[in-house]
Amino acid sequence: MSENAAVKAGAIPPRFERPGILAFLAYLLVIAFLVLSIEGSQLSVLGFFEGLPYMADLFVRMIPPDLSRIGPILSALLETFQMALVGTALGVLFSLPLAIWASKRLSPHPLVYYAARGLISWFRTVPDLVWALFFVVTVGLGPFAGTLALMVDTMGFCGKFFAEAMEETEEGPQEALTALGARRSGVICAAVIPAAMPSFINTSLFSLEKATRSSVVLGLVGAGGIGIELKVAMDLFEYPTAATIIVCIFILVLLVERLSSHLRQRII
Amino acid sequence: MSIAAVYTTAQDAAASPEAAASPCDIRIADLRKSFGTHQVLKGIGLEIGRGQSVALLGANGSGKSTLLRCCLRLLEPDGGQVRLLDQEMTALGGGALRRLRAQVGFVFQRHNLVPRLSALSNVLHGVQARRGGPQSWFQSLARKEDREEALHCLERVGLADQAGKRADQLSGGQSQRVAIARALMQRPRMVFADEPVASLDPAAGEEVMDLFVGLMRDQGLTVFFTSHHLRHALGYADRLIALRGGCKVLDGAAAEQDMEALKAIYTKVEEPPS
Repeated sequence: MSENAAVKAGAIPPRFERPGILAFLAYLLVIAFLVLSIEGSQLSVLGFFEGLPYMADLFVRMIPPDLSRIGPILSALLETFQMALVGTALGVLFSLPLAIWASKRLSPHPLVYYAARGLISWFRTVPDLVWALFFVVTVGLGPFAGTLALMVDTMGFCGKFFAEAMEETEEGPQEALTALGARRSGVICAAVIPAAMPSFINTSLFSLEKATRSSVVLGLVGAGGIGIELKVAMDLFEYPTAATIIVCIFILVLLVERLSSHLRQRII
Repeated sequence: MSIAAVYTTAQDAAASPEAAASPCDIRIADLRKSFGTHQVLKGIGLEIGRGQSVALLGANGSGKSTLLRCCLRLLEPDGGQVRLLDQEMTALGGGALRRLRAQVGFVFQRHNLVPRLSALSNVLHGVQARRGGPQSWFQSLARKEDREEALHCLERVGLADQAGKRADQLSGGQSQRVAIARALMQRPRMVFADEPVASLDPAAGEEVMDLFVGLMRDQGLTVFFTSHHLRHALGYADRLIALRGGCKVLDGAAAEQDMEALKAIYTKVEEPPS
């Protein structure tokens, strides 16, 4: 009996509605695939507990952190943050026109809309590490490749959220400017962008946090930054040096997150 | 008075020699607009002379706002002609359409200011009618003479001291006065207003209507406004037009109407004549 029928009959409605046969089969399939995935990922509780002493051993070998290479480490850390900052700034800058084209209400033509949406989806779905590999091959090793990878990743992230923010803005002020004879560019710059600005700032700051974390990993594939330092230290079993690098990364990410949170509260 | 009687008055008024003689700022013929299968405007025709103040009355859904929006092609009409300031609005496109819109101020029911910008920036947007580019987007980028003119417009609506305040920090009445200042900044030749005081309390509504109609009359502008306040319509308009079910059912001098007859526009007893 459906919920409505039960209510009509004056009976207490059932706590759960019985699923239809198709929904039931879909649930079964999802559960079966989850069980298979656990097997596929070789999840092992025993393996985890067997690994615990080695984790403790590694932790002990990392202490105390070795500060002898703090100069080069801080320099690499600065380069990491610079990559994140420039990559985010360029990504945010290029996201703006892309997002305008990808916004149904503002796009000049449906073809432009679908092309921009497709490009944003492509930028978003390809992971930043893959972009880094692509740019290392095309522009060479170093921070430039990393910066380009972060820029493209930011365009995928900000492009989507900027477009959504602009689509959610009130139509009233835009209609008012259209009514007084403003050009399309005037409506976008004087009404849409100011209204979507809080969302733009929020998304950009999240993007900077995300890029800071990503920029650490990009070094592992030779795209500049502190990641390569961490890889070398781990490969050479210099665990105290690796500990110093990890602490430095932790402090950098924490500082960026705190700063971003502070700016978000101040500006929005 | 029944709707049929009101309609007779409308026909008489439309045929009056006074209406035919004065130069027309607004000339609408057979204007039609539908949303899906619902026909909102069923062949509206009217003419409004230069300098007239005309109130458009009608119940919710009668097509008042649609009519105003179709006049400026904020909504595209399905058929018919709209001629504003001796130009065929329905035939224009691109820059010509923008230039004609620029000569018509439009005050909306919910003021439609950009909330995060200052009152001065919002008024300055009126200059976009004459000049595009970043100088008309924000007051910080604007030319000195435009900033001064925007401040003067705010002075005229009594809000010069609020120029730097963000629009979302103004009261409803203040916001609507900023919207009026924005329309003044356009240097319009006529002004439309869509229920300009519907979102305000009675005292603020009275104050805003006084200011709005007063300022426009001082400049001799044609004013075409919609309202649900019969007292406002009788007090501020020279002429009343009423819609019912997408048809014009009344068109006559405000001085000749009485409250009881106007209330008949809002009753649902009779169908409008087809």
